[in-house]
Order: sequence, then structure tokens, then C-alpha cells
Amino acid sequence: MGYVAIKGGGRAIDGAADMLELLRTRQGESGQPLDIETIEKQLYFLHSRIVSEGGLYHPKLAALAIKQSLGDTLEASFALRAYRSTKPRLLETPVHDTTNMRLIRRISASFKDIPGGQMLGPTTDYALRLLRMDLLNESPEQFQAIAKSLFAGLPEHAALDSFPKVLDSLRAEGLLPKVNQATREQPFDITREPLVFPVPRSAALATMARGETGSLLAIAYSNMRGYGDVHPTVAELRVGYLPVMLPHPLTGELTEVGEVLMTECEVVAMYQGDDNNAVPTFTLGYGACFGHNEVKAISMAILDRALQKGMQDGAENPSEDPEFVLLHVDGIDSMGFASHYKMPHYVTFQSDMDRLRTTQQKQEANHE
Amino acid sequence: MSNGINFAFLDEYAKREIRRSVIKAICIPGYQVPYSSREMPMGRGFGTGGLQLTLALIGADDTLKVIDQGSDDSVNAVNLRKFIEMTCPGIDTTTHLQEATLIQSRHRIPEQALRADQILVLQVPYPDALVIVEPSEDKRKIMHGEADYSRLLVKLYEDIVKFDEITISHRYPTRINGHYIIDPSPIPRYDVPKLHNSEALILFGAGREKKIYAVPPHCLAEPLAFDDVPFRIEDFTDSHGERRACKLCASQTSFLDEFIDQQGERVYQCSDSDFCEQQQELAHG
Repeated sequence: MGYVAIKGGGRAIDGAADMLELLRTRQGESGQPLDIETIEKQLYFLHSRIVSEGGLYHPKLAALAIKQSLGDTLEASFALRAYRSTKPRLLETPVHDTTNMRLIRRISASFKDIPGGQMLGPTTDYALRLLRMDLLNESPEQFQAIAKSLFAGLPEHAALDSFPKVLDSLRAEGLLPKVNQATREQPFDITREPLVFPVPRSAALATMARGETGSLLAIAYSNMRGYGDVHPTVAELRVGYLPVMLPHPLTGELTEVGEVLMTECEVVAMYQGDDNNAVPTFTLGYGACFGHNEVKAISMAILDRALQKGMQDGAENPSEDPEFVLLHVDGIDSMGFASHYKMPHYVTFQSDMDRLRTTQQKQEANHE
Repeated sequence: MSNGINFAFLDEYAKREIRRSVIKAICIPGYQVPYSSREMPMGRGFGTGGLQLTLALIGADDTLKVIDQGSDDSVNAVNLRKFIEMTCPGIDTTTHLQEATLIQSRHRIPEQALRADQILVLQVPYPDALVIVEPSEDKRKIMHGEADYSRLLVKLYEDIVKFDEITISHRYPTRINGHYIIDPSPIPRYDVPKLHNSEALILFGAGREKKIYAVPPHCLAEPLAFDDVPFRIEDFTDSHGERRACKLCASQTSFLDEFIDQQGERVYQCSDSDFCEQQQELAHG
């Protein structure tokens, strides 16, 4: 019935949209629609993932994307990304210094004592993963009571602080290479230019910053397990709000126009020699993305280190190969292509059958 | 538009970039021009490359035809057409090839010849014919520059040694203007000769892979083959040596879809539904 089934395609599509809507509202008349702010606040990590993979910092629309895609991370990021396509790029921010981040969390695995101190902040790292049965039937009153008691402990205007960066102290000790201001390249905009290899490091970082978390994790994990040898130490992982600065339209003076929640990870890896016999230093890997996504930022930092090595010495492992990593971590691309196999392929399959039958006939003729 | 979306969805900068890439693609026939490729509100792999070309080229005075697998009514064609109609107020759409100025297609080139005032946009999943012998894009770019297609020819040769046949069924490597070899998109081999010396401009858009390329009008397009092993299109002859005919319009020249009907019989029908309907109308006067 293949041929007949595609007739009435328009009606079928409308029907499918209705069925999805039915799925969304299947709680029936007793159901309550998800509130956009609730999604943003209570599905915090999901929301973080969408602003990051969608590549657009728009908390409200990210929450909407989650709502309309019924929580599918790939679909939600996709909707946000597609929305972004309709917007022109109006201006470019200057390079931002993340020392100015107002932190909710920062840790270092390299030193116990870091300038400003460790700040655990909100993390599940040391939580026991026991199901909290008390949340099964949490009443609005209970929810509000918890919020009230926790807020009561906070000072009235609890301003977040910024802290010096761990790397700066390592750099001061000569354990890391100095920042080379001269080689600072114009950042590559992956939304306006295609990747033509070899690509600059900024293109690699931008690609990974909006990459799919699971994809980045899988390739980084291959390096951690032995298909590679980065052996990173997390010098600093920080989560917080970075003030976004733009030149004032009249005075040209840098002015804060807003803030973005970000996760940043800097890993230090073993030292490398230098062709000029200079003093060896540790090497660095950098990861940063919108939202609170620690596993993603760590994976990205490891891959950045692996890619820098691959670019310099040639790739020995998939995680060191810029083409392999950068062309396969985008969730929008990969999910789209995986899904497209569901579309009709009648013509190409007809063509495949023609080749197989011809080959079979020839073989049979040869055997006779 | 009331919902705040620009005519043809893309912002004007994006359209301009695509048009520039198209001009470059026409100037260097068969060369894959990299472009930034915006995300579309439909899946990568569902024709976003073709869609971006269509959106960058379409104007309010255009008449659009969208087909998938040769059919105007297949789900993906319907979806694309609806989206273009929604974002391009004023355009006309049609299912009749002769009325269209712009045709977007997946997997087929229409049966009937295109005219010089028409543009055909083909959707492309894999823009590079060399990908079957070389996974690295960086290396493939060098091979294209040097017109080094030896490994493709070896692949064809190995097919002949192993199977006594070239096994490439669709996406048949085709040399354009004597230099670049293209992946002509997953059209059947039956459609490949239509690329040669075409009246119409044929554009290829690969959205996910971020490439645009072109076979300009009146351009050489030669499927890769050997002097003693010629290129062959799909064979639709039955066991008696007769060319199979479409069950509906009785055409014995068209590309056919094969399927099993409700009685369990194998039947053949034109893959190009517009062509098939026109043939039926002709027959019934």
C-alpha cells in the first residue's frame, strides 16, 4: 500500500499535530498547563541544557521550547535554534573576562586552598541518589514552606561575589604559559561561517559550546578511558552570572546590558615540550557554555585539550580529530539526520533493488 | 508578517549570503561552495538545504512546485510547501510542472523536460561523491582541487571484479564540466542523464553539511563509467523482455515505483505523479 499511503499527506500531518497536542493534554480536564516560569525555575538543569544546546540565551523562550516539545531536549533546543535563524546579528560583544562572574559555585580539584576559597554551591555531586518519596505528593504549602525557611536564612540583598581565577595564580607561578595577547584572533562566528578545515580554536570552542551534551560526553569519555591521554585536572569549575557588556550607543563606554548564567571549566593537563627548548609548562583545556551544565563544560574542556594536541601533532584518536569531533557533536544536525531515515526512500530503494536483482541474476547465470 | 517572521523566514543577510554562494556555484560548476546554513524549523535531513535555496530565491511573483519521491502529495513535500506558503505571502503554488518557475525536489528530477525559465532545487543529504572512499572532508577538498578521482574509479573497478556490475544504485558520481565530480543527490540513475545539457539551472543544497553546488544550463554532466563498461540506468524490463508500463497511465518510459497491492500483486506506477496524471488526461481526451 506504499503508494496510496502518501496520498492525503496534508491531512495526515494535521492529524499528527493533533495527536501530539492530545498527548500534551492527556491529563484531561483536571490537568493544569505547565507554567513557563515553573519550567525555567524547577526544571532548572533541563532549562540550562536547552539554552546551551539551542545556542541562544533566552530563558523565557527556552522554557516555552521545553513546554511545546514535551521535554524532549533535542526538539526543544532545535526550536530555539530555528528561532535564532530568523534574527540578524546586530553587534558583537568585546571579549569578556570571566573573572567578573557573580558566582553561585566554584571549585578547584588542583588545590585545596584557592584564592577566595572553594564554594560548593548547588550541586548533586555528594547527594545520595535516593528517591525522595516525600516529593511524590508534595503540596503547594509544603513547597512554599521550604522556600520560605530557606529564604529566611539569606541576607536581604544577598549579592553574589566574584572571585579571582585559579589559573591566574598558576600563571603567576610560571606553571602555565603566559597569555599571548598578540595571537588573539578575531573570534570565528559559527552561525555566519561554515567550518572549513582546518578551523581556528575559537570555531572549535563555539561549536562545542552549543554541542549536544551526550555527544560531547561520549567522545570526551573515550579520551578519558584510553583512546587518548589528556589526564586532566580541574583547575577551576565555576558557575555563575556573567555581566554582558556592550559599548554605550552614545558614549562608547562599556555598559552592562544584562547577565547570562554560565558554566566555565578550565582543566590543566600534563606539560608539553616546546620546539624552541623553552621552559615546559602545563597545558590547558577550556570549556564554557550557557546555563548550569557541568558535565558538558568538563567534557568540552577535555576535548579542547585533545583537539589542540591533535591540531599540533596530528590526531591519534577520534577525540583528537577536529573533523571527527566538531562535525558530530551538534544535536540539531545529528538528530535531524537520524530522523530523516523515517521519510520515504521509495525511489532510492527501487534503485537499490535494481542493482541487487541485476547482480543476483548475473551470479545465477554464472553458476549455471 | 503578523507573527514577526520575515518574508521567506530567513533574515535578509542570510538570503544574501545564500545568493552569493549560488552565484559562485554557477561560476564553478560542480564545486561545493561552503555556506553558513541557518537552522530551519524542520529537521536537518528533511530538505533544509533545498529549502534555504528556495527561500533565498523565491519572490512574490514565483510559482512553486514541491515534490518528494516524485509526488506533490507526500508528507514531506506537503510540509515544505505549507511552510513556504506560510512564510512567503503572495506566491503561487502548483503541482503542474509547466506552471512552476521554481521546483524543489527530493530524490527525483521530473519526467518532463525543464525549461530555461525554470530553476530546479534538489535536496542533498551527502554533497560529496568522494565520501564513499574518503571520510575526511579536509582530504576530500584537496582531492577535488586536484581532480583526483582515482579512488572512485578503483571503487567502480572493484565492483566489477566482485559483482560484474557497478553497484552504485543512486547518488551516481557525475563529472560536471569536465572537472568536479558531484554527488547528484539521491536521484536514481534514470535521472542522471537529465543533468546533461539541461535547459534549466539545477541547484543543489545540503543544509546539514552546509554546501551549495550547481549544474548550470547547457553544462556537461557525465556519469562516471569506463569505455568498456557503460553507465546504465535502472532496468524496468520484465521476464519477457518487455518494458514494464505504469498501471495507471500505461507509460513505458517513466521511472516506476514498485509495490504490492492489497491483492498481493506486484504493480508498477509512475513515480512522478504529476506526469502520470497528465498522461491519463491526455489518454482520456
